[in-house]
Order: sequence, then structure tokens, then C-alpha cells
Amino acid sequence: MKSNELEVLTGKDFSSDQDVRWCPGCGDYTILKQVQNVMPELGIPKENIVFVAGIGCSSRFPYYMNTYGMHTIHGRAPAIASGLKISRPDLSVWMITGDGDSLSIGGNHLIHVLRRNVDINILLFNNEIYGLTKGQYSPTSKEGTKTKSTPYGSLDHPFNPLSLALGADSGFVARAMDRDPKHLNTVLHRAASHKGTSFVEIYQNCIVFNDGAFDLYTDKVSRPESALYLEQGQPLIFGADSSKGVRLDGMRPEIVDLNNGYSAEDLWIHDEHDHMKAYILSRFFAVGNEDGFPRPFGVLFEQNRPPYEELVREQMAYALKKNGAPDLEALLSGDETWVVG
Amino acid sequence: MSVKEASKKTATIRFAGDSGDGMQLTGSQFTNTTALAGNDLSTLPDFPAEIRAPAGTVAGVSGFQIHFGSKPIHAPGDMCDVLVVMNAAALKANIKHLKSGGVIIANVDGFGKKDLNLAKYGPEADPLGEVSTQGYTVVPVDVTKMTRESLAESGLTFKEIDRSKNMFVLGIVYWLYSRSLEPTINFLRTKFAKNPQVAEANVKALEDGYTFGAATQIFTERYSVGPAKIEPGRYRNITGNEAAVIGLTAAAKMSGIPMFLGSYPITPASDILHGLARMKHFNIITYQAEDEIAAITSAIGAAFGGSLGVTSSSGPGIALKTEAIALATIYELPLVIINVQRAGPSTGMPTKTEQADLLQAVYGRAGECPVVVVAPKSPADCFDSIYEACKIATEFMIPVMFLSDGYIANGAEPWKYPTPDQLAPINVAYAKPRSNDDEAFKPYTRNENLVRPWAIPGTKGLEHRIGGIEKEHETGNISYDPDNHHFMVQMRENKRNKVAEMLPLIEMEEGETSGDVLVVGWGSTFGSIKEAVSELVEEGHSVSQIHIRHLAPFPKNLGEVLRSFKTVLIPEINSGQLIKLIRDQYFVDAIGYNKVRGVPFAVEELKATIKGYLSTNGVQS
Ligand code: SF4
Repeated sequence: MKSNELEVLTGKDFSSDQDVRWCPGCGDYTILKQVQNVMPELGIPKENIVFVAGIGCSSRFPYYMNTYGMHTIHGRAPAIASGLKISRPDLSVWMITGDGDSLSIGGNHLIHVLRRNVDINILLFNNEIYGLTKGQYSPTSKEGTKTKSTPYGSLDHPFNPLSLALGADSGFVARAMDRDPKHLNTVLHRAASHKGTSFVEIYQNCIVFNDGAFDLYTDKVSRPESALYLEQGQPLIFGADSSKGVRLDGMRPEIVDLNNGYSAEDLWIHDEHDHMKAYILSRFFAVGNEDGFPRPFGVLFEQNRPPYEELVREQMAYALKKNGAPDLEALLSGDETWVVG
Repeated sequence: MSVKEASKKTATIRFAGDSGDGMQLTGSQFTNTTALAGNDLSTLPDFPAEIRAPAGTVAGVSGFQIHFGSKPIHAPGDMCDVLVVMNAAALKANIKHLKSGGVIIANVDGFGKKDLNLAKYGPEADPLGEVSTQGYTVVPVDVTKMTRESLAESGLTFKEIDRSKNMFVLGIVYWLYSRSLEPTINFLRTKFAKNPQVAEANVKALEDGYTFGAATQIFTERYSVGPAKIEPGRYRNITGNEAAVIGLTAAAKMSGIPMFLGSYPITPASDILHGLARMKHFNIITYQAEDEIAAITSAIGAAFGGSLGVTSSSGPGIALKTEAIALATIYELPLVIINVQRAGPSTGMPTKTEQADLLQAVYGRAGECPVVVVAPKSPADCFDSIYEACKIATEFMIPVMFLSDGYIANGAEPWKYPTPDQLAPINVAYAKPRSNDDEAFKPYTRNENLVRPWAIPGTKGLEHRIGGIEKEHETGNISYDPDNHHFMVQMRENKRNKVAEMLPLIEMEEGETSGDVLVVGWGSTFGSIKEAVSELVEEGHSVSQIHIRHLAPFPKNLGEVLRSFKTVLIPEINSGQLIKLIRDQYFVDAIGYNKVRGVPFAVEELKATIKGYLSTNGVQS
């Protein structure tokens, strides 16, 4: 094999020699598996991939990837990954984080990486709980959640991560779940191929402290009625027998019955490039889908704007053109000098 | 009456006016001209504490002091000989800086009813009359009127003409100190090259001010200050923050690796961000992060990728960076952390100076977290110190704290700048790629200096994970083993202490290698201590000075030097921090001299203090 040819790798090659230490049955395992599966399909040399994580159960992730990796400090992964990617645009940078890590202690960094649009793939494992610290409510826990730190129920109103990302002008916003690995696989591919920050929220079951938080969407029986799989250019259809659709009445969405007077032509056609509509989709967020709207999965929004690190390089090239080759001697002497002796 | 010509060894002038009066420019022009005349000098800007305080108020006064002489000058001068005041508020704020019997050049147009009112003098007050009864020599000049007359033919409006008032005053002071107008004329013509009308108006105001000084006999004396015996060479003027920017840039160039500055605006460190942002063509990225934490962590991310990571801030910002400094310490990645100290705690007095972050720098983190600490002693020394900080950080894979302060950051002095070939090499080598046949890469193996390899992403065969969790010796794998943790804690400490092997030994700054009193300083107190001690030595006292740049680890011979004196005196602009480190490490019963007033030490107060510990009264020469 010539050294400049890409070795043919498999998911196994991306598995490090470290024992994986999540609780048996944790949703993190399936996500790890899918990420390891996707890696060899990207055509990127293993040594050019870096996984960066904060703190939390999910943030142990880099230790299990046989790539370069950084396990950092709580909440700061977006800033660390930004510095890495901006200084090394040649690398494929992945950031693994949880709901506490990126929406609580690291909330500030998250919104700023999204607005800057550094080309990082962010996978937010949302389990609506603090797992590593053994079960306190998180910024995505539903109101009234009873945990060790909220014995009478939490009073906090939770974040809607996708609305937040859209509000921060994220250029790629998607949702997936641990229990649908095939779909997760496609979303990961989409995130990888997007230039600019990709934000993927992954519903992840914490079997120990918040088991079943997403059963409504992950359970094979309830899923068809509660989950809406988005596909570009396709009408929004869901339901066990694909009998329900979402229609737009002006800017107001409504659920219609396809067996009762409505056809696919009447429905909202998914357009990933429509920011307004993506925002409406992100608002399908009622606890237990009480408002009747299904929870969307897939790519809600994609928009191409230049990644930050490219703009940085352009500016450096401009500075070089404007100032000419760096001249240390001239810099040391400055404009005004005098001689003594 | 003829004017007496007097020659002076040193002189101190303070320019003061409203923020809008252009006093900083006036001061820096006087500085350049003085440097070109061959004097040694030291300067200190005194910025208003408030942003855009109302014009004419005491809060809005901006000052600039220059101390220059035909002998070595190390501090901007305790008190001034000449005070230039553009309005009543400037007089009120600065009269305390004037020597008794000193000269006040006052713009009388700035002493109208409204000005007195804004400066909170009583309605019937006559502050100029009052100070002249206190022994000061008041030289009243109607600068506004004179400048308007001077530029009557210029075709400019009164509003535009009034902007040249500072040049008229500068002309007067140039005459008073027998200075050449040439350098400032050249400066004006370059600065206003695109607007010759304004350039020539300023030149004329400057020349007419000079003529006014000569013709009107408002002064009875005129001074000259001869050139100082300065080490031969090529010089330029430099502030501490400018020198830091150039030092960082030089380090980027000499190391041959990219530099990444993550920073968040904060007084008095922001000028380092501003300066480095103009150095992009030197392969330097500057990144204004969303907060102090992102500023340092982005630099750590870049360091993992093979850049020299740098972050710049002041005390409150450094407090926010603390956890990340510990991360860089356990990662063992190169990182330079700049702390331009200011008066604290909390917001404190952002524009005032202090040395109160030394213990924070050395100890202020959770866990055993040894970093290297270096402190510059003067504006020009910021260049050498930060260059050295970059060299240590990269060659030892360790965070280095650079402890400057507001005083040297904004102060200026002549700098005998080096040429690139005089700079020490910075030896950086990334770890080499490996093939599948090589044994597995271990990121925490070490060389003879206990330094681990810098293995950057993109290098085949070196894929590895680093984290803030304790790592096993050599492999870097997660380890909770008690003995391993103890070993690694010691390893990081030993590695930091190894840095002392490459550091120069401490040398006497002034005086003999043993004797009565050793004055030990660090950071920006250098100039004041040096002037105080050198004067005492000249007076025949047994007093010596050392100045410590390397505060962690200390130079290897420090203990020996300390023990050679009867008394060790440590002046600091804090409540006693270096003294704690010295007592702790060397069991030396040192004595502290501590004032925390937000301003540098006065030379006279140091002299008086030192004298209190001398066994003899010295031999008067
Ligand atoms: S605590 Fe929950 S999230 Fe953490 S490893 Fe266990 S199951 Fe997974």
C-alpha cells in the first residue's frame, strides 16, 4: 500500500483499547457504535480526527475512540474545540457533550460557537438528567421532575435545545435518538458533510437515573404516532398507517387526517433551508406531545454560510498581502529610533 | 532682564489637562524629542479613572509625567519640577505632584467661572493666585487666545484651531528645556500627511509657542539637560504592553510554529490583544472569545493542535481562568498566561497598579498545580520576559504565567532593541509519526528534562487521548492508583522545578554581594528601588539590590544570596506576598515594606525606609 492511499478501515479500527465504562444498557453504547461505524465511511484519515468532550457521562466518549481526543473540563468543550479547529482547519473535529455540560455550565460557549459557525460537529446527548453526579435535574428536565436535588419537584422551565440552536443562528440543526441507530447513522453523515457548526441533539436514555424519558419516541409501538421523521422535499406525514399530516395554515401548523378530506398535496413540504419553518418545527415540543404535534426527528435546518476558520484564514492571507512577508527586524526597530554612542 | 541658563542633572515634567486636550500626545512627543536628545528617561501616563467623564471635571483629567536626565533614570519621578495645566480641574488634581517651589504653566483660559465651577472650586476662588502665595511660580498664558492669534491666517475654524493648543504649550516647554522642534515637526507632517493644512497649523502653533517662550520673558530661567551615559546602541521608545506584543510576535517567528491568542477585553491588558491583532501576517491568530474562560480554553485547544497558546488578561479574568490553567498543567501543553495586574480585589481600581496577584499566580488553583511564573521589571523588559516565557512554555510543555502590571504596561522607556539574530533560539519539535510496526505511542513518556512529547493531531500513529483525569505515568491512560497519583503530582512539580536549571543565576543589581541591607524586589518596583538603592550606594551606605524575575521556580542561588545580608527588606505594592514565598522556602526572616495605594513607590520614601535598617549613616561623598 502506498502511504498516501487511505487505509481501508472499519468501525473496529476506531475503537480504542480502553474498557468502555458506561452502565450496562446506557444509550451511550449505541451512539458510540454508530459513530464508530460512520467514521471509516467519511474517508478521513484516522489521525486527522479529533474528539473533544466536556464533563459528564457522555463526555467520556473520546477515551473510547481510537482517534486523537481531548477530555476537557465542564462546559468548555465548544471553546476548546473552537481553538483547535480555528488553528487547524485541516482536522475533522467532533464535540461530544451532554445537556448539563453544554446547556447549563457551558451554555455561553455553546451559543457562541453556533453563531460563529466554526466547522465542528456537535453531538449533544440529551438524557434530561445529570448522570455522572448521580441524578440531579438538568436544564432539559421537565418541570416538576423529582430528583435528589429537587425532592418536591423542579421549578425550572427547561430549554428547548433546537429552538435555542436556531436562535443562535446555527447553520445545521438536527435531532436523532439512540434507539433508532439507522436514522442516527444518516443524521451523523449529514452532520459530517455540513460545513460549519453542526448541532445534533440525540435523545439518550439514562437507564439508571431517568429511564424511559423518551419512550414515547423510542418505543416501537408509540413511535409512529409520536415521532415525525423529516425528509427534504417530502410532506410531513406520520401515524401508524401514515394517515396523519401537518398542514400550514399561514404560519400556523395544524394536524390533518389524510383519510378524511386531505391529501399529501395539502401538506407542509419539508424545506431544510427555511429558517422560519425550522423554528416552527422546533416548537413541536410539548411534554408528552400534549398539543397533538409529533416530535420532529432528522434535519430541521441547514444553511451554508462560510465557516469561521475559513474567514480567519482569508483575513490572515489579506494581512500577509497588505503587510508583505513578516519582517521581524522592522518590527523590533519600529518607526522611530535613535543611536547612542 | 535676561534669562538665566541653568544646566540640570534631571528634570520631571507633568502635562495635565482635560481628556480632550491631547495631553498624552503632548507627553509622548516630549518623550521622543527627549530620547533623541540622548537623555535617559522614564514616563507614566495617568489616565482618568472614568470613561468620558464630563469635560472640565477633576474626574476627566488626563496626565502624563516624564522624568529625564543626564544620569540613569529608572522611574518616572516622584514629584515634578514643572506642571503644565490646561484648566482648573487639572491644577486641582495635580498640584500634589508638584515639588515645593515648582513651576506651574497655566492656560488661564481654562480658569473661567465655568471651569472653576466644574472643578468644584468656590465661585470666588482664585486657585492660581492661591498657589502663587504657597511658593509656587505661576506662569499664566492665555493659550487659547495666543493659539487663535497664531493661526488667524490658517483658514481653519476656531474649533479646529483650538485643537492645536497643546502644540502651542509644547512649544513653550520645548523652549524652557532647550529642546529641538525638529522631531515633532517631522511627526506632525507625517501624521497629517493627508491634511497639510492641519499639519502646518500645528507646526506653526508649536513654533509660535517656542517663540512666545523666548520673547515674552515670562520665565526667568531656562534649563538644559545634557545627554546621559547610556549604553551605546540603537534605541526606540516602548511601553510594556507594546514590548509584550513584539516579544510574543518574535517568539512566534523564532519558534517557527503558529501562535494563538485567546483573549477577552479587560483593562489594562487589552492593548496586548489590540497589538497582536495586527500581527496576523506573522502566522498569529487572535481570537476575541466570549469570555475569559473561552479565551484560555480556546488557546488550550490550539496548543493541542500544535500552536503556542497564549491568553491575556488581568487579575479578575485570571481568576476565571483558574480551572483551565489546571487543565493545561495536567495536559502538559505549552501555554503563556498574561496577567497585567491591576488594583483589586474584584473590580478594584482597574486603571491603577498593584502587585497583589503573585500568590494567585504561584498557588491560586485547586489541587497541586505548579506553573512557571515570570515577572518583567520595566516596560522594555516585557520583551525579554515574555519571549522567555514563550521559550519555557514550549520547551518544557508547561503553562507559564507572565505577571506584568498596569504601571509598566502603560509606562514607557527607551529600549535598546535587539536584532533577530541576538534572540535565543526556541527549540520546538513535534513528535514524529509512527508506523503500525512501531510499539504503541505513549504520550506521557519524558526526556531528561521530564518533558513529554508534543504529539499533534494529523500525525500518523500518535493517536492518543488526553484529559483532566489523573493519568498513568507514561501511557497517559486514566488512573486512580494512589501511588501513581502521588508520583504524578511530584513529577509535575519536579518538572516545573527543572526549569530552574536553564535559568540564569540571580545577580546583584546594585551594591556588594554581602552587607547590611539587601533590598529584594520583583516586577514593576524595579525602577523606584534601583534609584533609591543606587543613590544610597553613592552616598556610601552598605546596601544592595536584587530583583527577581523568576518567581517560580526561584533562581538556584537565591537562598545563598539572601543569607549574605544582615537584613533582607522586601518592598511590594501588596500586603506582603513575595515575602511569604521567601520566608517559606528559605527561612529568611525578611522584613516587608508594603503600601497598597494603586501607585508606584516614591524613591524618597524607599530611601527613608531603607535608611532605617542601616547600621551606619554612610560616608557622605
Ligand atoms: S448514569 Fe445514565 S447516562 Fe451515565 S452511564 Fe449510567 S446510564 Fe449512562
